[in-house]
Amino acid sequence: MKLIFEKSVPGRRCAILPACDVPKAELPAELKREVAPLLPEMSEVDVSRHYTELNQHVHGVNCGFYPLGSCTMKYNPRVDEEMASLPGFTSVHPLAPKTAVAGCEEVIETARKYLCEITGMADMTFQPAAGAHGEFTGVLLIKQYHDSRNDKNRTKIIVPDSAHGTNPATAAMCGYQVVNIPSAPDGCVDLEALKSVLGPDTAGLMLTNPNTVGIFDENILEITRLVHEAGGLCYYDGANLNAVMGVVRPGDMGFDCVHLNLHKTFATPHGGGGPGAGAVGCKAFLAPFLPHSALMEEPGHIQVRGFRGNFLVVVRALAYLLTLGREGVPEAAKNAVLNANYLMQRIKGTFTPAFDRICMHEFVLDLSEFKKATGVSALDVAKSLIDYGMHPPTMYFPLIVHEALMLEPTETESKETLDWAAEVFRALYELGYKDPAFMHAAPHNAQIGRPDEVKAARNPIVRYTKA
Amino acid sequence: MTPSFGAIVKYIPAKEEFLTAYTPYQAEMSQGVLQSIFEYQTEICELTGMDVSNASVYDGATAAAEACAMARDRKRRVTLISGAAHPDVINTVRTYCYGTNDEVKVIPVKDGKTDMEALKAMLTAEVSAVYVQQPNFYGLFEDAEAMAAPVHEAGALYILGVNPIALGIMKTPRDMGADIAVGEGQPLGLPLGYGGPYLGFMATTTKHMRKLPGRIVGETTDDKGNRAYVLSLQAREQHIRREKAGSNICSNEALCALTAGVYLAAMGPEGLKEVAEGTMAKAHYLCRELLQLPGVKLRYEGPFFHEFLLDMPKADEILAALDEKNILGGLPYEGGVLWCATEKVSKATLDEVVAIVKGVLA
Repeated sequence: MKLIFEKSVPGRRCAILPACDVPKAELPAELKREVAPLLPEMSEVDVSRHYTELNQHVHGVNCGFYPLGSCTMKYNPRVDEEMASLPGFTSVHPLAPKTAVAGCEEVIETARKYLCEITGMADMTFQPAAGAHGEFTGVLLIKQYHDSRNDKNRTKIIVPDSAHGTNPATAAMCGYQVVNIPSAPDGCVDLEALKSVLGPDTAGLMLTNPNTVGIFDENILEITRLVHEAGGLCYYDGANLNAVMGVVRPGDMGFDCVHLNLHKTFATPHGGGGPGAGAVGCKAFLAPFLPHSALMEEPGHIQVRGFRGNFLVVVRALAYLLTLGREGVPEAAKNAVLNANYLMQRIKGTFTPAFDRICMHEFVLDLSEFKKATGVSALDVAKSLIDYGMHPPTMYFPLIVHEALMLEPTETESKETLDWAAEVFRALYELGYKDPAFMHAAPHNAQIGRPDEVKAARNPIVRYTKA
Repeated sequence: MTPSFGAIVKYIPAKEEFLTAYTPYQAEMSQGVLQSIFEYQTEICELTGMDVSNASVYDGATAAAEACAMARDRKRRVTLISGAAHPDVINTVRTYCYGTNDEVKVIPVKDGKTDMEALKAMLTAEVSAVYVQQPNFYGLFEDAEAMAAPVHEAGALYILGVNPIALGIMKTPRDMGADIAVGEGQPLGLPLGYGGPYLGFMATTTKHMRKLPGRIVGETTDDKGNRAYVLSLQAREQHIRREKAGSNICSNEALCALTAGVYLAAMGPEGLKEVAEGTMAKAHYLCRELLQLPGVKLRYEGPFFHEFLLDMPKADEILAALDEKNILGGLPYEGGVLWCATEKVSKATLDEVVAIVKGVLA
């Protein structure tokens, strides 16, 4: 595909700007731009065709099965998009007078009420713009809490070794030392390992439940009790809430604060990487530490972003909650779990689940035996799936499973799709024994062959330059 | 209502594949997303004069905070931020620094602009970065270029927060001596949406490329030698470096960056220049007309882009009268009213505003 700059024709443009009807104002000479920016020069149809070509080289949930573990790539109803595109929401200035924004505030209040109910929290902010941003906000609540008590010796945040990379990175951004604890053989928190690191320097624990191998940690009440006993607080990473929403509440598990990935769980499509929203809920004693906007509310609070956050994502979440309702929300979670277990049972017998037990919304395959036998790696299997039009599962995560492929089918896939996916995995399992070389070279029918990532990193070309 | 000639900017990002794709980790089935990001990065580099841009961060305030974090090292733990920067930006930078236990000092404002003498006095060996907004929160153009030398002499990095529309006509941050350019990308075709989703853009020089947070798309070749795009330089990021990563960012504002890319393609260099000139012209027209009215005074003199702070009697009544006509007037701020006009408003509407204000003041 040509780059947009390679399609640009000097002097061509879209006719979309009306003429200026007031006298021109001059910029002082010393402030003037010296060289015009190299932007595309195209007619509107050129622009349309260029992006249509790009769009034809994108694989979305609307193109096919997307079992990307830990990412919850479900199909999101378009009615939620439609609600978020209502002009009454899209055209509102964040600093408009209170009387002009009452509808927007009601959306926020209503979403807050329902999501607090789902999480078992007392209050919630929608300012964080993504999951990791929510983690940052949540851990800052913990930090402010300890500071408010003048408890300055709590310098450590405990993170299991199965955690998402954002957890330790977040703790570091909040000035904490990260204590990684090993997981038990079943992928859950090792209680003895936890006890051995808890102490007067413990600020808190960051945990996902169900965890990153798709297992609900049955010791969760004991875990949160131990952390509280040591004087620390418990942070719930809501990455896997899709498995338990409306069924069990993080607040009841003993967590003090939680972030939700509204984009994963509550109906905002991923958009090729974002935007999302990382709503953060907390128990009442942490509510005074929630972030505010400097221009909208009283000063003296932390602030992690401008204004109210990614408001239009909150609109989608509310629309989703209202359409599913009290029965629909837990039903979605239960179907997500059912679909994952069904797919795991259908694949079992070929590739091996890392943990052979009932899973939650996702499960991990361990391909190390298969690789030993055939030489075909998890990467090779993932790349081979592309030829079938299936997006590969999450690869090589969590780090505690070797040759990991992590599958999360979600609740929106039919039995036919899951059966088809299982057949594809079976076919690749057999192909691995017959023709491993073919799989090493996969994909064969994709947009590109395997890219040279080392070359990209060693000799970075990160922008177009005119020849 | 004004007809939306820019409708293409709304329709393209709504295409379902763009909308529903994940982050393009699987390059073999994501070339369209990757190339759109590569093109966006190029456009941001062109606007700012920089060598490298990331694929976006959350908004202008977080872009500023991430830029300040980039500059920090063990010995330099003080960030200086202009008091004439957007209050949300100042507060967000403070919050990020609270996280890492670093100090923030606000540079005093004199006559609506960053006080250059105060800045010089504050430039100690502990200062890691200086953040200045151009044009600033009062709408005024700072003497931004003149600040670069003292900042660099003190061994600190110079971060400029810029309005992307102004960059259609304004000197680039690079030419003003900045090491890092950041800003709020909302004016590049994104709806107001009561605050978001917006778009934080970040660009820097090659020297600081490996400290830039967030995703970066790079060009390479595939196993057949064809041009291909990948998420590159991932050794900087949280999923590889965990607690040693410079930032925890994972999800970004990809679809907003795509929208900005479409907007910039639809505008082109000439169109963007016209938008910038039109914006500046409308704001200056409104300012001139309002200053004709009794008791209305400009708080700060000096060249401005599209915002200006007026001292005016009966400000509350004026804003209420405008509200009645469905016009969102200026922002009450520091006892005055901060006005703004852009290319999107017609002369007729500006004249209506002036007539309403005149009516209240009569």
